[in-house]
Amino acid sequence: MSIKLKALLKSPWVFHLSTGSCNNCDIEILDCLTPRFDIERFGMLLVGSIKHADVLLITGSGNRKSMERAKRLYEQMPKPCLVVAVGECALSRGMFIHSYNCPVPIDKVIPVDVYIPGCPPKPEAIIAGIVKLIEKVKKGTAKK
Amino acid sequence: MEKTIIPIGPYHPLQEEPEFFMLTVEGEKVVDIEVRIGYNHRGIEKLSEMKSFDQSTFLIERICGICSTSHPFAYTRAVEDIIPVEVPERAKYIRTIIAEGERIHSHLLWLGLAGHFLGYNTVYMWVWKLREEILDVMEILTGNRNSYAMFKPGGIRRDIKSEDIPVVIKKMDSIVSTLEMLKKAVIDDPVIHARTKGIGILSKEDAINYCALGPTARASGVARDVRKDSPYGAYDKIEWDMIVTHNGDVFDKLVVRILEVFESIKIIKNCFLNLPGGEIDANIKDIPPGEGIGFIEAPRGECFHYVKSDGTNRPVRHKVRAPTFMNLPTCKATIIGEYISDATIILAAIDPCYCCTERMTVCNTKRKKIYTGKDLIKLSREKTEILRNKMGVK
Ligand code: SF4
Repeated sequence: MSIKLKALLKSPWVFHLSTGSCNNCDIEILDCLTPRFDIERFGMLLVGSIKHADVLLITGSGNRKSMERAKRLYEQMPKPCLVVAVGECALSRGMFIHSYNCPVPIDKVIPVDVYIPGCPPKPEAIIAGIVKLIEKVKKGTAKK
Repeated sequence: MEKTIIPIGPYHPLQEEPEFFMLTVEGEKVVDIEVRIGYNHRGIEKLSEMKSFDQSTFLIERICGICSTSHPFAYTRAVEDIIPVEVPERAKYIRTIIAEGERIHSHLLWLGLAGHFLGYNTVYMWVWKLREEILDVMEILTGNRNSYAMFKPGGIRRDIKSEDIPVVIKKMDSIVSTLEMLKKAVIDDPVIHARTKGIGILSKEDAINYCALGPTARASGVARDVRKDSPYGAYDKIEWDMIVTHNGDVFDKLVVRILEVFESIKIIKNCFLNLPGGEIDANIKDIPPGEGIGFIEAPRGECFHYVKSDGTNRPVRHKVRAPTFMNLPTCKATIIGEYISDATIILAAIDPCYCCTERMTVCNTKRKKIYTGKDLIKLSREKTEILRNKMGVK
C-alpha cells in the first residue's frame, strides 16, 4: 500500500455529493455525524470542499444536469481517492430507472469502490460500508 | 457602488441538496437574487404515468425523503376523490399519526440545520439527537426510519399493534421534557435573538401576494392551515391549536415551528387515546375515469396533487405541486436589502426542499426558438406525413 493510502485510512475525510436524490440518503449521511452514531470519533469528517476530501459519497440517480458537474468534481479531487455509492438510486437508479432524465447509472461515469444498498440505507449500513471500504484498501483491491 | 455577483452552489457545503443561487451584492447588501434549480429533477410526474395506481404510491414517496408521508397522503386523497370512497375511521387516525410524526421530525431537522447555518452547532447536535428518538418511534410504528410505505389508495397498508402504543406514548413523553428544555434554550438565547430577530421580514401583504404557505405564511400572521380550513384525516375530531405569529422574521418562523412540534405531539397522543377499531382498508377495486385532487398540510405548507384517470389501472396525468414551489419566490421579498452574512439563514428560513420542487425547462439556445405544445403536434404530424409518403401508406 502506498504511503498516501495508508495515511488516508487514518482519517478519511468525506465529501458528499447529491446527484438527483430524494434527500433521504443525504439526511441519513448527516445522521451519521450526529451524536447517536458520531462517526467523527473515527476521524471521519464531512468537509466543505472537494479539494480536501479523500472519500466521495455519491447519492442519487445521476440526472443529466448534475452528472456533468459530478464528473468535473471527481476530476478535481486529489488522487488517490475512494468513491462510495450510497442508496439504491446511486447503485442502479432504483425507482427512476425508466426516467427520461436519468440516462446512465453513476458507476458508468465515475469508478465506484463500494456500493451501499438500501432505500435509504440505515446509518449503521453506511458505517458498515465505510468499514468495508477501509478493509478493501488494506487488501489492495480498491480502484483508487 | 459596483455590483458583484456571488454564486452559491450548486454543490455548496451548506446545502445538502444541489441548487444554485446567484446573489447580486453591492458592498455587503444583497440587491438581487436568482435561483436555478433542476439538479434533482427525476421526471416523477412522467414516471407515475407508467406505473399502476398502487405502485405509484411508492414512487410518490420518493419525491422527497423528508415529506415521505405528505406526498403519498395527498396522492391517495386525490385517487380517493376520483372514486369517491370513504376511508375507514381507523385508517384516518393512523394516517394522522404518521403525518404528525413526520411533521415533528421535519421541523426538528430544520431547527438543527438552522442552528448549523448560524454557526451554532450545539443546537444542531442536540436537536438531531432528539430527532433520532422520533425516528425510533416511527420505526416502531411503521418498520422504517424514513419512507414509511404506510399509505395506499383507500386506506393504509399495515396496522399499528396495540402493544406498541404504551411504548410510543412513553417515548413521546420523554421527548416532550427534552423539547421543553430545548425550547427554553433556543427561544431565550441572546445570540439567536441577535441573529434572527428583525432579519428577513416577510410582511403580511407580501405573504399573501406571493401566496406563501405553511409556517412561512403563519409566521407573517396569515392564519392558513389546511388541517383547520378543510379538515381531513382525524384533524376535525381532536383538539389542537393553530400557531400564528405576526412579525414574519426568521425568529418567528423558528418559534412557529418549535411550537408546532408540541401541537403535533398533542395530536399524536390524542389520536392514540381515541383510536377506533375496525377495518384499515376500503379495498378499492377499480378506479373509474375522472379527475381528483388531494391537498394536505405538509410540514412546509399545502401540498397539492392532481390525478386524472381514464379507467385503466394507470393515471393519465399526475401533477404535483409542492409547498416550496410557492415559498421560494418569497426570498425576493425577504432577502433584498439584507446583509450577505444573513443570506443563508434567510434562504433556509422557508425550509426549502428542492427535490419536491424540481422543474425542468428545455431551451435551445442555438435556434432561439421555444417549442410550444402546438408546434410539437405540428412537427409530429409532419413526421407522420413524411413516413406515410415513404411507405406509400394512404
Ligand atoms: S436510494 Fe431511495 S432514499 Fe436514497 S435517494 Fe434514492 S430514492 Fe431516495
